[in-house]
Amino acid sequence: MKSLAELAAIREQMKDKVVLREGSGEIRVVVGMATCGIAAGARPVLNAFVEKVSEAGLNEKVTVTQTGCIGVCQFEPVVEIFEAGKDKVTYVKMTAEKAAEVVEKHLKGGQVVEEYTINKALS
Amino acid sequence: MKELSLNILDIAMNSVKAKAENIGIFIEETDETLSVTISDDGCGMSEEMVKSVTDPFCTTRTTRKVGMGIPLLKLAAEQTNGEFSIKSSDKPDDHGTVTRAVFYKNHIDFTPLGDVISSVTTLIQGAPDIDWKFVHSKGNKSVELDTKELRAVLGDVSLSNYEVIKWIEDYLKEGYESI
Repeated sequence: MKSLAELAAIREQMKDKVVLREGSGEIRVVVGMATCGIAAGARPVLNAFVEKVSEAGLNEKVTVTQTGCIGVCQFEPVVEIFEAGKDKVTYVKMTAEKAAEVVEKHLKGGQVVEEYTINKALS
Repeated sequence: MKELSLNILDIAMNSVKAKAENIGIFIEETDETLSVTISDDGCGMSEEMVKSVTDPFCTTRTTRKVGMGIPLLKLAAEQTNGEFSIKSSDKPDDHGTVTRAVFYKNHIDFTPLGDVISSVTTLIQGAPDIDWKFVHSKGNKSVELDTKELRAVLGDVSLSNYEVIKWIEDYLKEGYESI
């Protein structure tokens, strides 16, 4: 049985990490979660980012957030990646599988996965 | 929407945008019906706005002039011969919105509920400072989650923390095994 005691244990583990959090969020992953995004499959994409970022140990560096309609509904699910000092990268028609690949190659490896970007979709 | 749980996610997003502090998602099932109630204490809507929200050409979004969220839920309910209602108040001392949809489960056009756990964890991840209450009851059994209780244990650890989200997911999965 899941118990509240486990949450207390999580709180204990986090004690040290909270300090590290300061000045974090170097990279922001923003998933469009308006009606258009949700209908197109944004929920599994968001969940894949949350899970894979954590598995890759990138929690201190990467923040996964949600937003409303980004304005290019025909390309949903849309994910934007913001990184200080770099151009915004917009990934389109995302899936959970593509999200896992973006975490591995882009967020971890620093290489934009051009194939899934809006620029590629428009070219 | 392929699953009702996606409609629930979408409608609850409106409550988040309305700056609610408390949002409740209540699912009640009988042998024949499934009803979904989403209630919030957000800013609410004027009478005029409430009348027009079921119109797909009404929206709060600024990127386009159409909003499909509420019309889609209404349609999903009505196509099963069910009902849809929305009540809202924007009075300073009594504000909020209650959206309710009733579905007939045995109707051929009933959209399955789908992965409601995923919708709940997505909502909490996106708006961890809101107090969420989720209850899914079937007969005399129910699955319940109240983030106030979790927060009391977690202290200043955010509900959006992956470990916490994972715990909520497992907790709800376990709950569903018993109903």
